[in-house]
Amino acid sequence: MALLRRRKASEAEKAQHSGSKSDKEIERTDEENDKNINNRKKAKKAKFEGKKKWSCLDSCCWFIGCICTVWWILLFLYNAMPASIPQYVTEAITGPLPDPPGVKLRKEGLTAKHPVVFVPGIVTGGLELWEGHQCAEGLFRKRLWGGSFGEVYKRPLCWVEHMSLNNETGLDPSGIRVRPVSGLVAADYFAAGYFVWAVLIANLARIGYEEKTMYMAAYDWRLAFQNTEARDQTLSRIKSNIELMVATNGGKKAVIIPHSMGVLYFLHFMKWVEAPAPMGGGGGSDWCAKHIKAVMNIGGPLLGAPKAVPGLLSAEAKDIAAARAMAPGFLDNDLFRVQTLQHVMRMTRTWDSTMSMIPKGGDTIWGDLDWSPEESYVPRKRKQRDNDSQTAEQTDTETLDSQKKGINYGRIISFGKDVAEAPSSEIERIDFKGAIKGNNVANITSCDVWTEYHDMGIEGIKAVAEYKVYTAGSLLDLLHFVAPKMMARGDAHFSYGIADNLDDPKYEHYKYWSNPLETKLPNAPDMEIYSMYGVGIPTERAYVYKLSPYSECYIPFQIDTSADGGKEDSCLKDGVYSIDGDETVPVLSAGFMCAKGWRGKTRFNPSGIQTYIREYDHAPPATLLEGRGTQSGAHVDIMGNFALIEDIIRVAAGATGEDLGGDQVYSDIFKWSDKINLPL
Amino acid sequence: MASILRFRKLCYVEPVKCSSLGFESFETPKIEKKDDRGAVKAVESTVGEKQKKKSSKRQPREWRCMDYCCLTVGYVCTAWWLLLFLYHCLPAALPGFQVPEAPGARLRREGLTALHPVVLVPGIVTGGLELWEGRPCSEGLFRKRLWGGSFTEIFKRPLCWLEHLTLHNQTGLDPPGIRVRAVPGLVAADYFAPGYFVWAVLIENLARIGYEGKNLYMAAYDWRLSFQNTEIRDQALSRLKSKIELMFVTNGNKKVVVVPHSMGVIYFFHFLKWVESPPPMGGGGGTGWCAKHIKAIMNIGPAFLGVPKAVSNIFSAEAKDVAFVRSMDPGVLDSEILGLQTLEHVMRVCRTWDSIISLIPKGGETIWGNLDWSPEEGYNCDLAKKRYAQPSLLDSNDTNSDGKMEFQIKESVRYGRIISFGKATSQLPSSQLPNLGSKDFLRTSNPTKFNSLCSEVWTEYDEMSRDGIRKIAENKAYTARTFLDLLRFVAPKMMQRAEAQFSHGIADNLDDPKYAHYKYWSNPLETKLPDAPDMEIYCLYGVGLPTERSYVYKLSPTDRCKSIPFRIDSSAEGSDGGCLKGGVYFVDGDESVPVLSAGFMCAKGWKGRTRFNPSGIATYVREYRHKPPASLFEGRGVESGAHVDIMGNVALIEDVLRVAAGATGVEMGGDRIYSDIMRMSDRINLRL
Repeated sequence: MALLRRRKASEAEKAQHSGSKSDKEIERTDEENDKNINNRKKAKKAKFEGKKKWSCLDSCCWFIGCICTVWWILLFLYNAMPASIPQYVTEAITGPLPDPPGVKLRKEGLTAKHPVVFVPGIVTGGLELWEGHQCAEGLFRKRLWGGSFGEVYKRPLCWVEHMSLNNETGLDPSGIRVRPVSGLVAADYFAAGYFVWAVLIANLARIGYEEKTMYMAAYDWRLAFQNTEARDQTLSRIKSNIELMVATNGGKKAVIIPHSMGVLYFLHFMKWVEAPAPMGGGGGSDWCAKHIKAVMNIGGPLLGAPKAVPGLLSAEAKDIAAARAMAPGFLDNDLFRVQTLQHVMRMTRTWDSTMSMIPKGGDTIWGDLDWSPEESYVPRKRKQRDNDSQTAEQTDTETLDSQKKGINYGRIISFGKDVAEAPSSEIERIDFKGAIKGNNVANITSCDVWTEYHDMGIEGIKAVAEYKVYTAGSLLDLLHFVAPKMMARGDAHFSYGIADNLDDPKYEHYKYWSNPLETKLPNAPDMEIYSMYGVGIPTERAYVYKLSPYSECYIPFQIDTSADGGKEDSCLKDGVYSIDGDETVPVLSAGFMCAKGWRGKTRFNPSGIQTYIREYDHAPPATLLEGRGTQSGAHVDIMGNFALIEDIIRVAAGATGEDLGGDQVYSDIFKWSDKINLPL
Repeated sequence: MASILRFRKLCYVEPVKCSSLGFESFETPKIEKKDDRGAVKAVESTVGEKQKKKSSKRQPREWRCMDYCCLTVGYVCTAWWLLLFLYHCLPAALPGFQVPEAPGARLRREGLTALHPVVLVPGIVTGGLELWEGRPCSEGLFRKRLWGGSFTEIFKRPLCWLEHLTLHNQTGLDPPGIRVRAVPGLVAADYFAPGYFVWAVLIENLARIGYEGKNLYMAAYDWRLSFQNTEIRDQALSRLKSKIELMFVTNGNKKVVVVPHSMGVIYFFHFLKWVESPPPMGGGGGTGWCAKHIKAIMNIGPAFLGVPKAVSNIFSAEAKDVAFVRSMDPGVLDSEILGLQTLEHVMRVCRTWDSIISLIPKGGETIWGNLDWSPEEGYNCDLAKKRYAQPSLLDSNDTNSDGKMEFQIKESVRYGRIISFGKATSQLPSSQLPNLGSKDFLRTSNPTKFNSLCSEVWTEYDEMSRDGIRKIAENKAYTARTFLDLLRFVAPKMMQRAEAQFSHGIADNLDDPKYAHYKYWSNPLETKLPDAPDMEIYCLYGVGLPTERSYVYKLSPTDRCKSIPFRIDSSAEGSDGGCLKGGVYFVDGDESVPVLSAGFMCAKGWKGRTRFNPSGIATYVREYRHKPPASLFEGRGVESGAHVDIMGNVALIEDVLRVAAGATGVEMGGDRIYSDIMRMSDRINLRL
């Protein structure tokens, strides 16, 4: 129809000359029979139209106009639509929605009691610019991280420059100050429409929480934990805010809800706050007992996340840095002139915090060449929510089946699929540590982006590959070899071992504070620690690597995406061995401390703080209308999980772990924990 | 028939260029031309089905109009996008147009760096408010701004919006089921609405010399509440205390520089007393807290002694911007969005806000003048205008202006009569005023309820008898003291709430134990400054703008449903260049706060060691002469003296930055005065 109209108009124009003449003739002929008024009108109209030039430009404009108008009308209708319609439609399709937990619990009579502190994880917190170079003109107090990420497109190099930290100190580069956004807005939504804490906040508000009883402990997640105190005094602020909230809420202790890396950050905080003043916060040895009711860790990588490894080694993890998560979309493209990965890698390597998530506890926890706690794991069949017994049976039968060829999860990195599967006796390993890091023959100047790999030389790279297999223990040596500068910084702030004697005075140094295997929990017998995490999603656990085709400017290692397991639901896919978890953190890392390491009175938990494991079985959203689902178990989406929110609200309103029903376990975490031989 | 004709024309046209579409009968038009109707029909049949379909589709003529519409819209959109694109492509600095360097950048080159932590205290109206819990009509507004930002909800659901901003009429706290809270953080008041900066410019300049989140704090509070209620409901004062202590400690024990604005000045003044008072009522910081933690208080546009604007706002909801609602008024609120009763609605909402009452002129007739006398008498608006316009002429014209001044005194304005009914009354000598005792009308009880059925909106005026209203008008003129009696009569409930929270008098004996009550803490004439001899207090304000000082009122026409019986008599005009305009007498000030209110305490009340300032805290008056923006490029101007725009005044920013970086008042040059504040202060007979 539109086309027809268009054509008619253009015809009218071209017929201008002949048309006017012939029109007169028509008039003459029809005069007797017709009302010529009509004709005159027509003729006038024809002339009028003739004056307009219906060129291509006009058509375009007309088209745009049409689209705009339609768009506006739709927008108007959308805005005029009562807010309840989407909900109505959803309910019509999927049946009545359950009440959001906040509403439900409010009806039960729950009200705000304990002040609540959120500790966001890595990546999800917003960062804004306070001082920048010339290229960042006009971005003052605008978000560089979080929000719309508009600047990534507009000035990618400038953006990378401002997001990077100083490679030596791990602090601000000169002339650049990027600071965390403060307040609840820091991490309620990561990007527009992508909630992180917003759902939880909204539900807490339903039972009466507000700004004075909720606090978002936003920190610069790029920095090493102790550096957030050194640069921004973040730990002091958190301490002061918790004290204030406890004081103004009639002495009710705070409920802390850390998520992801925030769990480690808060573990660090608990040590810091009780440590004496120059290094710590000087709160005294009963600060935690006085101020904290419960720590409800959500998806906490207490023992690290294997994803951090490829992230550091080859910038290939999928979402350790969300930069990479967005990567398939645009970062892999030529935005940065082909070298996206190198740019990202150089940037993320200046972020000390990523090193806090390197797997901790070495071979004891993560397994060695031949053994791993999860070795008999078989992915559960897509679980059916209601018949748990059936699922269990299936698992049992299949376990037997596959025990013969258990996967060597302990080999976190293996070069080549065959190496990953071979028995350890058949692998020839050549030590790489002595390998000479010959200067790269290729001239570095041709590469825009400098990464430390250029210092390694080809021999070094080869030597790394020759070692074939890396476990959690030898992985650290690898990283030291591959990225000496980064690890030099990292070693000053983090430690990955297991303490033999926790009373050794060296453990008073802050670098041990974020490692649960090298610190004692505070002396607070009334406190409760929860580990809440999703299960039922394949989670990266070990990688098959290969050398990339030789090229000067490229990262020399790559995940071997061609490595695939045979069976359909095999654990090996695209070069990654996966295991049960929440898509980012394996069950072992999230649950072990609460399941075994801190259970009862152990040397890591001398005062016998109660621990609870609450697992949430993943169920993907049933329909598109549900968005990211209300039963999700994924690392970030779990923040919208109704069951988890309900648990949190109950605890915030005063319930204890026993009231919630103690442990809630779907995975094999207790079985795996038993296999780990750690003196307690 | 018409359709046939049109159709035929098409046949004409189409073959000419659209033969590709497959018209077999190229010749038919010619036949048609020669033939008559019969031929037309023949044509119709020959051209065939295809064409018929097309013609029937083209039938509705309205489509043509739509086409044009679409075309126009398309043009406009495209042009708009093009311009937008070009605009974005423009280099930041046009060659011809030099952006003046920000004071922060300049001072940084001078070597200033962040030293003392800075606390910003926003004033009334400028802080954002967001919804935490609401009625069903506010669905989807959770944690969205109701106040500040784009104000879209006013248009979408005006009554719902008003309902949520209203406080409880008795307690002055939340109505049941509604929780509206202050937005926290710097975003609370950096911009009031998109593009309308409040603190943003100052923040940006502070950042240039190194300030950031850890040493810059915005003490946002719910500005609708009375000051003590912000502590009771939100613990806002406790938070502020804790934040100042924290910043003091984490910044190497550097004392804090506090920068309050407008009503924030009184709020922070209240805080000073609160923090040192013992716990149940106060913050328990102990004496010496202020001395230990505060270096300087830089009051911007301080409304220490109240603003006359508050009077008219409370009395008849007519002030121009004490409630910004009114300033948006002419455009929006006066129209009939709320069903004719906009003003009443606004009035009802504003009257539940206790904070407005903190702005009622304080100090009574001693400060603001009585029926015959006022400290500002002799002020000549016309002259003042000239003086500010040509500052250089000031000295040379001194004698001349003195002469004029004397001439002026004869018909000088009686500013003391804050409200007078009728222009004549405002100018009569006091002896001719009807000698009705001011207390008289208070006794007239008002049992006859006005027919309140007709008005949906309840305001307290409905409960007043017509008699009472007339009596009020008969009393003719009110001063700052009698005005309070008037308010007690007119709005008894509001004043009952308010008198528990605020006091507007002058203390005879500051050591009287009654002054330990919090209701006196925000009145500088009824409290002592803390014992902090090293602290500095600055009064920074703009001068050179006509500022409302007193009003000429009239009775509204007796329309029963017009439930506000009084309104400003906007027909009352003075002579050319006079101070009376639109029923309002003007005086020097920053458009909201008269010089007297802003400057008196620093200029006299606290100068040296007085009974209000026993420890002799140094005070400085810094005035900023208003200069309108020279060109459109400057936006709201870099030398403005207006109440809010002064926050973008370069000189003021520089002063704040210097003090924050460690300078003292003496180093900055002490007082800087353009107005008559010293002379006015001298005329005020206040025991010090």
